[in-house]
Amino acid sequence: MTEKTFIAGFGGQGVISLGQMWVYCAMKEGLIVSFFPFYGAEKRGGIARASVIVSEEEIASPIVAKADTVVIMSQDSVEIAEEKCAQGGTILLNSSLVKTDPNRPDAKILHIPCNEIAEKIGDGRIANMVMMGALSQTTGAVKLDHADEILKTFFPPSKHGLIPMNIKAIEAGKQACLSCE
Amino acid sequence: MSKEIRLMKGNEAIGEAAIRAGCASYFGYPITPQNELTAYMAANMLPAGRIFIQAESEVSAINMVYGAAATGVRAMTSSSSPGISLKQEGISYLCGADLPAVVVNVARAGPGLGGITPAQGDYFQSTRGGGHGDYHTIVLAPKGVQEAADLTFEAFELSDKYKIPVLVLADGLIGQMMESVVLPDPVDMAALPRKPWAVGHQARDKRGVNHVSSMNLDPATLEKANLKREAHYDMVKKELCRYEEMQVEDADLVIVAYGTSARVSMSAVQAGRAKGLKIGLFRPITLWPFPYERIAALAEKEGRKFLSVEMSMGQMVEDVRLAVNGRAPVAHYGRTGGMIHNEEEVLAAAERMLNA
Repeated sequence: MTEKTFIAGFGGQGVISLGQMWVYCAMKEGLIVSFFPFYGAEKRGGIARASVIVSEEEIASPIVAKADTVVIMSQDSVEIAEEKCAQGGTILLNSSLVKTDPNRPDAKILHIPCNEIAEKIGDGRIANMVMMGALSQTTGAVKLDHADEILKTFFPPSKHGLIPMNIKAIEAGKQACLSCE
Repeated sequence: MSKEIRLMKGNEAIGEAAIRAGCASYFGYPITPQNELTAYMAANMLPAGRIFIQAESEVSAINMVYGAAATGVRAMTSSSSPGISLKQEGISYLCGADLPAVVVNVARAGPGLGGITPAQGDYFQSTRGGGHGDYHTIVLAPKGVQEAADLTFEAFELSDKYKIPVLVLADGLIGQMMESVVLPDPVDMAALPRKPWAVGHQARDKRGVNHVSSMNLDPATLEKANLKREAHYDMVKKELCRYEEMQVEDADLVIVAYGTSARVSMSAVQAGRAKGLKIGLFRPITLWPFPYERIAALAEKEGRKFLSVEMSMGQMVEDVRLAVNGRAPVAHYGRTGGMIHNEEEVLAAAERMLNA
């Protein structure tokens, strides 16, 4: 199993955190991982993107040329991200902010209203964790079944109070993905 | 007990490996894409009882390395391409004084101030000395985070052993990317070999006065010193050449690539083999000394071709040509300016050459 994912969004949406958390959880689930972030020199804004690979085998190139799954968090990253999708791959759209479908009739497109779900749970900033749940559900590559234990080793103890909300976001993301598949 | 696996950025893994290797003093100046390395050292050197100084410039930092190395401690600096250019005078002085030191270049795109994204355009500078005068530094090229940690750790050992500065040549991708890494065990700093040539503490240690300098105004004496160093280089060339091979035995086309380009080329080889193409990969790990002899031996096979894949306009390709010495076709493929080729582009270049 090798899952190559390309994630894009605007700076501040947690694109880099989503990629990091994804590979960290994958590593804790026993997979080999690579994560390569790419962003401009801007302090805020701009388009942030991440090439992320989780695999049962040694990873050759860490650059994702053709992604099995593309995650699009914002409208302005559609153009950059849509062409990264492999033929017949999956595109996960944050439908709260992306209002036009990518021009990829070959791809399976799943609409996840990440910001709306996150705000319902209590904080719009965990929209990226909603998306991580959806990514787990649709790829099956990283199970996230024990994410609460894993996140405890990722975050310093001062942030452990936020973990239950993040877990809720991940679970809601899985559910949202199930209901649109 | 199995060792702890950690998820780290290349820059951080290099910093932690240096601390574990007994780096007693780090001198740096910020530049993207190696900033996490300087930041890691700022956060972790002082608590470990070591010295961290953010110098006022790259020139200052490399000269602080010279001073620290002359006292016999393990010393290090790091930067990215334009900053490494600024350090070249100091690296030449270190080589002239036969001092060990570790310099890390997390390379970015040039020339000039260029851009902040990964590139391999510093190959000539790294392998041809880089500064003025007849000298070389040992150059190690990691292909990922694990090897960045391992080679940085080993760089301190090699530098002490040979009394030659060691350059770890990474790039912005290896510095910025995160992979899992198992770190080497820390050395016992008290047990590191003594350096009787070092300056300082002579009264305490009851040693004679030592003088560490790269200056030598008598041409005959300087020539003798340079000849002696050259003989030393010949020994290093015999002992240290290191490389990795992937499916080269039956290959009609051998891709030669290091660092990030080697990782991408691994994927291209896998994709090419899946299509039935006989492609292999030769990855130099030491860029100086360069594995000329092994490449020359590979060029003996009838009809074999070589493609040097680099994120540059073609620099290592000249070393491949020197090694092959006209016995086989050699070409270059690569992106530049901070653009990174992907496996499809590399495979397409390999197929063009196979069909040419």
